Amino acid sequence: MAGNIATRAAYGEALAEFGADERIVVLDADLSKSTKTDVFQKKYPDRHFNMGIAEANMMCTAAGLASCGKIVFASSFAIFAAGRAFEMVRNSICYPEFNVKIGATHAGISVGEDGASHQMIEDIALMRSIPNMSVISPCDAASARFAVKAAIEKQGPVYLRFGRLAVPQIYDKNATFEFGKGVQLKEGSDVSIIANGLMVQYALEAAKILEEQNISARVIDIHTIKPIDRDIIIKAAKETGCIVTAEEHTVVGGFGSAVAEVVCSEYPVPVKMVGIEDQFGKSGNPYELLELYGLTAKNIAAKAIEAMQML
Amino acid sequence: MEQKEILSLKRTATNIRKGILKATCSAGSGHPGGSLSITDIMTYLYFKEMNIDPKDPQNPDRDRFIMSKGHCAPVLYSTLAERGFFPKEDLITLRKTSSYLEGHPNMKSTPGVDMSTGSLAQGLSTAIGMALAGKIDNKNYRVFVGMGDGELEEGLVWEAAMAAAHYKLDNLICFVDYNGLQIDGKITEVMNPEPIADKFIAFGWYVQSIDAHDFEQIEKAVENAKKQKGKPNMIVAHSTKGKGVSFMENQAGWHGVAPKPDECERGLAELDAYLASLDKEEQ
Repeated sequence: MAGNIATRAAYGEALAEFGADERIVVLDADLSKSTKTDVFQKKYPDRHFNMGIAEANMMCTAAGLASCGKIVFASSFAIFAAGRAFEMVRNSICYPEFNVKIGATHAGISVGEDGASHQMIEDIALMRSIPNMSVISPCDAASARFAVKAAIEKQGPVYLRFGRLAVPQIYDKNATFEFGKGVQLKEGSDVSIIANGLMVQYALEAAKILEEQNISARVIDIHTIKPIDRDIIIKAAKETGCIVTAEEHTVVGGFGSAVAEVVCSEYPVPVKMVGIEDQFGKSGNPYELLELYGLTAKNIAAKAIEAMQML
Repeated sequence: MEQKEILSLKRTATNIRKGILKATCSAGSGHPGGSLSITDIMTYLYFKEMNIDPKDPQNPDRDRFIMSKGHCAPVLYSTLAERGFFPKEDLITLRKTSSYLEGHPNMKSTPGVDMSTGSLAQGLSTAIGMALAGKIDNKNYRVFVGMGDGELEEGLVWEAAMAAAHYKLDNLICFVDYNGLQIDGKITEVMNPEPIADKFIAFGWYVQSIDAHDFEQIEKAVENAKKQKGKPNMIVAHSTKGKGVSFMENQAGWHGVAPKPDECERGLAELDAYLASLDKEEQ
């Protein structure tokens, strides 16, 4: 669709935009044209290093650079950044609490045709489980730009989750965001839809479907998954009485789980989750895959009604 | 190197070895074997070579040392304590709940520790980042790394080896503590990483082989490494696991087992006898 921008593209642009800070160093693992760190590379060639197809070494190299005062963005596909290099991220980046920002692109099922081996649907679960780690999963270009800026400003490790697919703009170009604070996109009183990443657009569509059935749905975008905005979740639980979460990720331990952890410990109400149901993806057109795995406005609306019926 | 200086380094190394025995014995666990084999290298680096200041352990221009085989924390701690980074009395708190001396090095809790390590090969890999930062910032510091020979079985070592050569990190000086033993036995029987020197030569490193317990050879290799341009340095240091304590020498069993109090006493007595012999030699 015209006007759509992939969050990975916004990531590359933001790196170049904020790259004047001499402390910033960008590492890539032979994917700079796909992760879009090549945009930074063209502007600041002396601070961009290709580490080759060796993600584990890239993560530890990032840690070593950070120990010498650098703010390091280490980029690869999410499957390799969070998956292959998990233990390096845990032990060499998060344990010493280094200023390493992991720019993970091609997250989720919308990677499409490359298939299950490249569709990272467990990264939110993995990354949010590590102490000292922050996790941001933006839904569009404006929030992706914010994510990069927030990562630079935030002391310590940050995992940034970006997608391959061009997505519609949810926010105005000049919208302001706050690290750790969710955004209420639409008021509603019967049910809250709490989404992140690519699913935010479908959450808004689902609210329209529900409106046709006289159901008033609140829509919240939670870009910062860790630390999560407890207040906006508790308020939603109290004021709407039930919740649906939507994520382009497995429902096991991911964003829905993060929301549910807050709800069940603070103000228990029904929580239904839309996400990938404990299974691997497959090759296919990204939009067809989203449909196949139930990552749709229609499914969110259906789960909203189910949540309301539990009351 | 003058005889007097050699004697002084031997004396320091022996005191560091005593600290290793006391710390691991007190902890009731830990890794004395590989700590004792790399002690002389650590002694040379911290007491002769490295530009460091125990009063300013975070100085951005300092030389760095990374114990990539992080399980050899006892020798790192004993060396740092001997060098004045923290009190030697604290060594016996090793691995205790209330202590700042973690089982594996934690840079956030222990003064003088330049990198948190413990998961093998990651130390070498983080050293690449430190050396690269030195190049970016045109700084003159050097990055020293202590590795195990068994550690070379980790695939990450070779990712790092490739990157160090690719970026011409001649400010990187690594030692492989080549004692030939790992937890399950001889490295050649568990998973043979040999030929070690040839592998690093093939990866584009400047490689030297030395006796890990000969201070003059250590000095010569380090001085030679410092003169090299455009290549990372590997010093393959042939060593004896458990060096200095007769019943621990060349025993894989002492890789990850702490001495019991009576064994510790026997070991300390041997080391004290060695110190006395050094005194005699000096006279």
